[in-house]
Amino acid sequence: MMFVPGNNPGMMADAHIYGPDSIMLDLEDSVTMTEKDTARLLVYNALKTIDYGDTEMVVRINPLNTPYGKKDIEAVVKAGVDVIRMPKTETAEEVREVEREIERVEKEIGCLGRTKIMAAIESTLGVVNAYDIATASPRMMGIALGAEDYCANLKAQRTKGGEELRLARETIVVAARAAGIDALDTVFSNLNDMETFRNEVEYIKSLGFDGKSIINPRQIEVVNEIFAPKEKEIEKARAIVAAIKEAEKKGSGVIALNGKMIDRPVVIRAQRTIDLAVASGILSPEEI
Amino acid sequence: MELKTAHAGTLESGDILIQIFPAEKPGLEIALDSTVAYQFGDQIKKVIAETAKELGLENARISATDKGALDCTVRARTTAAVVRATGKDVWAD
Repeated sequence: MMFVPGNNPGMMADAHIYGPDSIMLDLEDSVTMTEKDTARLLVYNALKTIDYGDTEMVVRINPLNTPYGKKDIEAVVKAGVDVIRMPKTETAEEVREVEREIERVEKEIGCLGRTKIMAAIESTLGVVNAYDIATASPRMMGIALGAEDYCANLKAQRTKGGEELRLARETIVVAARAAGIDALDTVFSNLNDMETFRNEVEYIKSLGFDGKSIINPRQIEVVNEIFAPKEKEIEKARAIVAAIKEAEKKGSGVIALNGKMIDRPVVIRAQRTIDLAVASGILSPEEI
Repeated sequence: MELKTAHAGTLESGDILIQIFPAEKPGLEIALDSTVAYQFGDQIKKVIAETAKELGLENARISATDKGALDCTVRARTTAAVVRATGKDVWAD
């Protein structure tokens, strides 16, 4: 998910050319108070006009307890955004408030149920309530960590190794998995330190995250490379899925492949590898 | 329609700066300065005029400095400038 400031029309016009899975147009932190009105109109008109193809379009709105939140929701729902990203989410009730506003606008324009919600968790209270937030609405499609505000609230300093974020990251992944939605990691903002960025992406993949938030097109390649399954993994996954399909035809849920037992958890992991290969463009859906 | 002097937009690449002033004579008077005026000048002026009229602005002097903005940006910046000049928002409160 690539962050793009909502007050920069040049970046908004070009962002999809670099091929991120999703683009998050930002109306919150990257826009000054005096330009909230103009950024909202830029994002509205860009979403209505620019052909972003298959890229998932997300807009980070301002909180509902500001003068901007409701207008942001009206604008982006009317413009047909895929996902509204809530900043600084701390409780399930905040999600339901946003849901009610989305419903009001969707009813007005006749597209009830179209807009999904993603919540950014950026405080200790948000981490404590992560599962409640993740399950607050059927519209919830993901939760994400916002590390800077979280660390300020935690009274901890950011470090290269990210030990201060360990509990938040693990909690968010577990909450997302339990809720059946996606988990996205925080941004890495030092563009001159690609080595630490790479280590961080490898680490968050190993924790179970579905993706990484990024702030520059230069970071896309590293994320895709690390998240895309390797050729050997894909071959193994395809063999497992083929073998279990064959076994199911014979009425069995457990089989052995190359001397190893293959049961449901192994099949689920294999299917995820195949899904990732398709999402990364390595396999076409017809090849499955 | 009561009109204040107002502006929206920037001079960055891909953007357009729209300035609105009270009219000195009836109608919309649009002055455009653009690096691509010879190719898209008429289209940019058309989008500005259409957008202003849709928002009920019939009499004003509009100055536009374009840095290669797409039509959607021209529309967004014109709308923002008109809203600021008239005080009438396009979104419900």
